[in-house]
Amino acid sequence: MSFYVVQFLTGLASAASLFLVASGLSIIFGVTRIVNFAHGAFYMLGAYLAFSLTERLSGTLGFWGGIVGAALIVALIGVVVEMVLLRRIYRSPELFQLLATFGLTLMVEDLVVLIWGPDDLLGRRAPGLRGAVDFFGQAVPTYDILLIVLGPVVLGALWLLFRRTRWGVLVRAATQDRDMVAALGVNQKWLFTSVFALGVFLAALGGALQIPRDAVNHTMDLRIIVDVFVVVVIGGLGSITGAFVAAVLVSELNAFGILIFPKISIILVFLVMAIVLIVRPWGLFGKPEAAARQTPGLSVRPWQPLSFNERLACVGALIVAAALPLLGSNYALIVGAEIAIFVIFAASLHFLMSVGGLASFGHAAYFGLGTYGVAFLAKFLGFPMIACLLLGPVLGLLGAMLFGWFAVQLSGVYFAMLTLAFAQIVWSIAFQWVEVTGGDNGILGVWPAAFVATPARFYWLALFVTAVSVTLLRVLVFSPFGYALRATRDSGLRSEAIGLNSKRIQWTAFVIAGTFAGISGALFAYLKGSVFPDNAGIALSVDSLVMVLLGGVETVSGAVIGAIVYKALSIWLVSYTDLSKLVLGGFIVLIVVAFPKGIVGTFGSLVDNGRLPFFKRALPGASQAEGAE
Amino acid sequence: MKLSVAALNSYYGPAHILFDVALDVDAGEVVALLGRNGAGKSTTFRSIVGLVARREGRILFEGRDVSKEPTHAIVRGGLGYVPEERRIFTDLTVEENLEVGRQPARSGAPLWSKDKLFTLFPNLAEMRNRPGGRMSGGEQQMLTIARTLMGNPSLVLLDEPSEGLSPKIVEQMAHAILTMKQEGLSILVSEQNLHFARLISDRTYIIERGRICYSGTMAELETRPDIRDAHLAV
Repeated sequence: MSFYVVQFLTGLASAASLFLVASGLSIIFGVTRIVNFAHGAFYMLGAYLAFSLTERLSGTLGFWGGIVGAALIVALIGVVVEMVLLRRIYRSPELFQLLATFGLTLMVEDLVVLIWGPDDLLGRRAPGLRGAVDFFGQAVPTYDILLIVLGPVVLGALWLLFRRTRWGVLVRAATQDRDMVAALGVNQKWLFTSVFALGVFLAALGGALQIPRDAVNHTMDLRIIVDVFVVVVIGGLGSITGAFVAAVLVSELNAFGILIFPKISIILVFLVMAIVLIVRPWGLFGKPEAAARQTPGLSVRPWQPLSFNERLACVGALIVAAALPLLGSNYALIVGAEIAIFVIFAASLHFLMSVGGLASFGHAAYFGLGTYGVAFLAKFLGFPMIACLLLGPVLGLLGAMLFGWFAVQLSGVYFAMLTLAFAQIVWSIAFQWVEVTGGDNGILGVWPAAFVATPARFYWLALFVTAVSVTLLRVLVFSPFGYALRATRDSGLRSEAIGLNSKRIQWTAFVIAGTFAGISGALFAYLKGSVFPDNAGIALSVDSLVMVLLGGVETVSGAVIGAIVYKALSIWLVSYTDLSKLVLGGFIVLIVVAFPKGIVGTFGSLVDNGRLPFFKRALPGASQAEGAE
Repeated sequence: MKLSVAALNSYYGPAHILFDVALDVDAGEVVALLGRNGAGKSTTFRSIVGLVARREGRILFEGRDVSKEPTHAIVRGGLGYVPEERRIFTDLTVEENLEVGRQPARSGAPLWSKDKLFTLFPNLAEMRNRPGGRMSGGEQQMLTIARTLMGNPSLVLLDEPSEGLSPKIVEQMAHAILTMKQEGLSILVSEQNLHFARLISDRTYIIERGRICYSGTMAELETRPDIRDAHLAV
């Protein structure tokens, strides 16, 4: 019995840091509407800086000064980031800020390795709190007791801050209606900066407080950010109390899950999150989100099918691409095939995200299911390659049918978070169900049939499937179904009012997108000859988001260009520099600031403004006048 | 001249909404901007305080051109704005809503305290700690005006203060506006309700399809039923 009590206390202690980071994310989102992906990076920076500071400063005061000092320094970095980067993009399309903060995360990951090295660092223990308290014969670290107390103390302090100070009242007002706050004479810039600083401070403090408990390393940002997303969604975005309760819940699930359900310990948290979202779509303590403010600029440029000349140009581009085996090396062909596969993957997410208005954070789930579909059929049933390629994606389709039905009940950020949770469930099953999936060792030896065994032939196959898939998705955009889907995106209520079953339409779009993701996954399995859990991982989901956003989320053809540029760049960077993340992240941040409409969107604007007259009508809608800001 | 607007043109995206709008408000004056639904009254107000993305023209407030300034700076200068949709902070209590609007005292403008506002709008005094979301439409309208007055403005733009209110509340509202005038506040008020405008205003402009098509004193308008019927009657 006492063992369980101690386990419970350990869970509570873990909850403290989680709560700090999650409340920071929640506060920032509430006011700025930015889902700050870099929050994990700030958490990690807090830990690293605290490690360095506490190494240099001695004594009790030095230790605690180091912890708080680290959090303050990171908060300052946050202020700089907000003023230099985020201020430029508050009016950018929704989720574009996510791309910017993701770019930042990549940069920080390489920077910490550059500064502190790749190895785990063991921090100093807190002076005077090194011991343990005897608890019914079990030892509980004294430091854990401190953290257990700290959580509620911070909760109370934040409550006072938001209820009893003018600043807090302004922040709560801005959370609801920031334009009205400006119309009452409050300078939003200052408010946003201070909110961001507080949020980052909390994240960094959460990280700094972890150093006596856990090793500091350069992957802790992604580990915490997923947990934090889960906490914030279970608790309800914008609710500090919710963040606290959910942090305790998630930490206890982690603490006990491993004891009670060792088989499904990883997915337990995500299962709970999915259940919470289905029962209470706005989290335990959240409120229904007001209808998202229409993104300025969205649907200003009407989408048009390609003209005859543009179709000719596409066919021309395809012929040029098909000629690659005449010039390129085998390596170039393998890279080319991978890029082609990711074009399908990005195009499928684009269909869901740009056409359907449903930004999925877990699109890799269906890619991963496609890879495993092929692997199961090929390895367990011995199906030939053609059959595997045709039937493998069905697993992606089935997954999308199941998860999509739940996901489309939500919208906006909550939709994004639920899809993320589902993707983590898929990843966890692949990771934990070792008997079937091989776990982390994956399934090896998924080789293509003889007729496409050379790199050139496989490249042609990939190119062919890509051309057909992208064409099909494009035809769908301009089909009656596409019109209906765009109607539900632009106004759910009005489309319901003219008799469209919007949930059914969105579900169908989800299944279509999942199926095409499955197709790309199926090809990918044969390209690599093996299948791993990371095929459904968060990194891949984020990659697909980046590709769509990079190309231009408001365009029809952005995903294709975005996938080619991003994939080519990242493959090239990995082979040429050890700091590929730093360069790639910097590139993403630069793109976000310099080309807030994405590559294709920016190109279209240039054409519209007459700066590239040669390309007049070269892009869909290029002749249309530029609309509202 | 308190406020002088000239050659104001505004756009929502590609749509041109206001065409060379010009109007003046003198110190201590209540001026009514009359017009039908969609005539451009709210857009005029939103343009003056800089809430319309694209606007051109000259907006002189107390002799200073504010047409290039951001919204919060214009409001900080003493130009208060009460939006039509009320936009109460529903999660905040009455007192907290007032707190958001609070600004330092301003010379040449009437000074408002919470207590003084509770005298002006006695209904609010009884619900200081009630969340804004749990108030009636009339109470919200009073709160939104009180919230703007907390900034101690010297001029207030009141967007359709009588809209959707019961006759009894409309009467209270007229009384409150006249009190505000007595305190020395200049007021530009938009209205569809001619009866209400008659109660409170000295002068009037009529706007239709984004253009000012008539201006004169309230008394003059009384003698021109043709104008009234052409531009205001339903």
